[in-house]
Amino acid sequence: MVRMPGFSTFGRWLGYGMLTLSAAVFSRPATGIPQQSRSAEELLTLSGEIGKQGGRLVISLRAEPKTLNPLTAVDAPSREVILGAMQADLIHINRATQLTEPALAKSWKVSANGLQYTLTLREGLRFSDGQPLDADDVLFTFRVYLDESIHATQRDQLIVGGKPIAVRRVDAQTVVFQLAETYGAGERLFDGLGILPRHLLEKSYTEGKLAQAWTLATPPDQWAGLGPFRLKEYVAGQKLVLERNPYYWKQDTKGNRLPYLDEMVFIFVPNADAQVLRFQSGETDLISRLGSENFSVLSRLQRGYTMTDAGPGLEYNFLFFNLNDPGEKTSPDLARKMKWFRDVKFRQAISVAIDREAIVRLVYQGRGAAIWGPVTPGNHRWGNSAIPHSARSLEKARAFLKEAGFTWTTTADGEITLVDADAKPVEFSILTSSTNADRTKMAALIQDDLKQLGVHAQVVPMEFRSLIDRVTQTKEYEACVLGLVSFDADPTADLNVWLSNGGTHLWNPSQAHPATAWEAEIDKLMKQQLTSPSYEQRKQSFDRVQQILADNQPMIFLASPDILVGAKNSIGNFHAVVLEPYVLWNVEQLYFRNSAENARQ
Amino acid sequence: MIQGRGWKRWLLTLAVLHGIIACAGFFAPYDSAEQDREHPHLPPMKIHFMDSHGRFHLRPFFYEPRLREGTFEQFEESTEEVQPFRFFVSGARYRLLGLVPSHVHLFGAQDGRFYLLGSDAYGRDQLSRILYGGQISLLAGLLGAGLTLFSGVLIGATAGYFGGWRDGLLMRVAELFVALPWLYLLLALRAFLPLSVSPVQEFFLIVVVIGAVGWARPARLVRGVVLSAKERDFVKAARGFGATDAYLLRRHILPETSSVILTQAAILVPQFVLAEMTLSFLGLGVPEPVPSWGSLLASLQQYSTLVSYWWMYLPVLAIVPFFLGYLGLASALQQDGATEKMVGRAGEDIW
Repeated sequence: MVRMPGFSTFGRWLGYGMLTLSAAVFSRPATGIPQQSRSAEELLTLSGEIGKQGGRLVISLRAEPKTLNPLTAVDAPSREVILGAMQADLIHINRATQLTEPALAKSWKVSANGLQYTLTLREGLRFSDGQPLDADDVLFTFRVYLDESIHATQRDQLIVGGKPIAVRRVDAQTVVFQLAETYGAGERLFDGLGILPRHLLEKSYTEGKLAQAWTLATPPDQWAGLGPFRLKEYVAGQKLVLERNPYYWKQDTKGNRLPYLDEMVFIFVPNADAQVLRFQSGETDLISRLGSENFSVLSRLQRGYTMTDAGPGLEYNFLFFNLNDPGEKTSPDLARKMKWFRDVKFRQAISVAIDREAIVRLVYQGRGAAIWGPVTPGNHRWGNSAIPHSARSLEKARAFLKEAGFTWTTTADGEITLVDADAKPVEFSILTSSTNADRTKMAALIQDDLKQLGVHAQVVPMEFRSLIDRVTQTKEYEACVLGLVSFDADPTADLNVWLSNGGTHLWNPSQAHPATAWEAEIDKLMKQQLTSPSYEQRKQSFDRVQQILADNQPMIFLASPDILVGAKNSIGNFHAVVLEPYVLWNVEQLYFRNSAENARQ
Repeated sequence: MIQGRGWKRWLLTLAVLHGIIACAGFFAPYDSAEQDREHPHLPPMKIHFMDSHGRFHLRPFFYEPRLREGTFEQFEESTEEVQPFRFFVSGARYRLLGLVPSHVHLFGAQDGRFYLLGSDAYGRDQLSRILYGGQISLLAGLLGAGLTLFSGVLIGATAGYFGGWRDGLLMRVAELFVALPWLYLLLALRAFLPLSVSPVQEFFLIVVVIGAVGWARPARLVRGVVLSAKERDFVKAARGFGATDAYLLRRHILPETSSVILTQAAILVPQFVLAEMTLSFLGLGVPEPVPSWGSLLASLQQYSTLVSYWWMYLPVLAIVPFFLGYLGLASALQQDGATEKMVGRAGEDIW
């Protein structure tokens, strides 16, 4: 699962803080909690600054969430709200360390053969409506996730080795997950799978209406989750208000129950520039997903907020050519050009002719990194350091082209044109998304780079949905510049991109059989890394995948932007990370240093 | 004629302005698509006479820009070396008026690049882009106006002269065109066109499109003039002598419309330049890297550009003299036309 920025799927994630483990912490009831017997609560203790209770955090969303139902949420805003603030998973990937840590499950055991996971739930967990959680809720959750009639977005993730994961209850606190095959990423599997309340949803499930349940219009008392915040109010077209979950299962080192904030308000601001203006005027408290130009503007005008460059993220931008098999409907012109594209020498020549450093400098104003493979510098564990970072060289590019049988002609004006073996000039168009100025700029730089080779490329900005339609459905395009964001640093996150039958295998998607020997080898290696038990073995497989990609250049990797964020100075515990959600991953720990300032809002 | 001087002055001004744009290759120091990746978004450079040691130079000069330490996008002058200005320097190859190959530019520098009006996001010279961009925008305006007037006169004269059902049909169609929301029509039209069209194709497409939607107004005006002209005594007399329709139109009626057509031309050209700019601003114009005034302004759609790089507004200033010229010409022509008509009427009475 990978996210194409601007596209629907948003990485799965939840946000917690850095933690220190506490086996059994008995905490005093915090304010606002009904005085029930809560003796056996096992709260998770997070280290970090001790914050102050209160305040409301205002954040802008690019669009209104379409639903509050985690089963059907595919749009980025829904997932940001639901998974970021309202739901919790059993085992969680810490966004700062990129490693797994206990969440609703306080501990887990993996059997020797790696097929059986035994998870032990925390004692005394309660949903945000006060109802207790036990193993039956977990069972119910996985039943609906795996139910084919629901079409839950989480289903694919829970099919390992071609078979759905089997879930079994041992006792009220213990659940066993049985996998058909070993799963390389291990317990990372559980990240992002929010546990649902059986007591609220079982009725609509038996009635077959679960997919329609939990819309934005759902009354707050009909909604419950395990995240730090719960639903309070939704005003159509304006805002979504969440309030503090008084039953949340984390505390700080002094025993104060988290979260610190009373409210989270999501306002809907449809465009990036307007979001910048809202943040600049102090209307919103945090901003992420900033372009480098806007980041510079905000940095220059800093008033009461601090801008942070969190370093390279996991987004990789690349150029790719149409490597599909020409079909009956393919125009002769495109079929002719596809012959060039399929020549690996041609792709290598293009790759080495591109000035990646210039892309970083001109597109990202230096706030990014040039890349030669899909693993960005933001990913600390999986990069193959053996991949050559070849600098731009027109001589090398010309040599590759000569080997592939291309020649050059010169007009009287001194204009050089690359021609193929049939003396046809080499021209092609590069699609980019018209709403993404960065990628259009990259394409324009590539256009100029290639002109020096005598290749005439044209940049065609296009509405994003029609672009995706062309690339994955009609396959009527020549080349395209796109970017992908991995939701996790683990290679399994991008399985869909590298497997030849994957829908996001962009250069030739959803193949029945691998079209080339090297794609077949990638398939094999990706499956191997999925089932190898040790990190070293998995790394070896994935290193080889990166090598094959570098040799064959199905994607010509360009650059990766830094994660640029901003926050008001008054926000405590603010710490941006390069995994999504960049600024809200530890929302339960965020607090306002100066409550008076916040009260003015 | 004293009245005649007004429009001649405007025409001369316009001729000079168009001459500069037509010879953009000579006046522009660089090629409009040439990128200087070391210097994106460079503010306009200062022309110096005094160097950093306080010495006076007779020949104006500039200092090479360099990145201010610790920044990615702020430049300062490196005052070590003086870069003198030169005139008639050899540089990028171009074709003067699209015909004569040349490589001489009005001004430039021996080494280093001089940005009189700053550079854009790719380090392309803003001055060169404004000059070259004018070629596209003005040519689109002129050709579009020519096309519109041609079809407008043809349709208007047919409707006015022949009258009857032809008149009814043509004028209803004209009303339809006046009422059309043309911008949306163009957006819809563009969606049907092939994915990638070359800049030349795209350019002619724009010309045809703006020409095709604009004919209704001149057609109605011409029809009005033709309607009154065909009832004039001398036309009736010529018809009595057996003159054919074609002869009458060519010899007697169409000349009557000339002042209307000229005035319309002077109004339509800037209007169509604006139409081209609107299309390019919305990304429907000629594709990168070919500049046009509209696409030069398109970068201002981004908030960051709007507040950071004021020199990106400069293409707006380039348009002003052209528009003043055309509108001045139009009003001068209108006045002259009115006088001429009066003089003409008087003469007719005497006859």
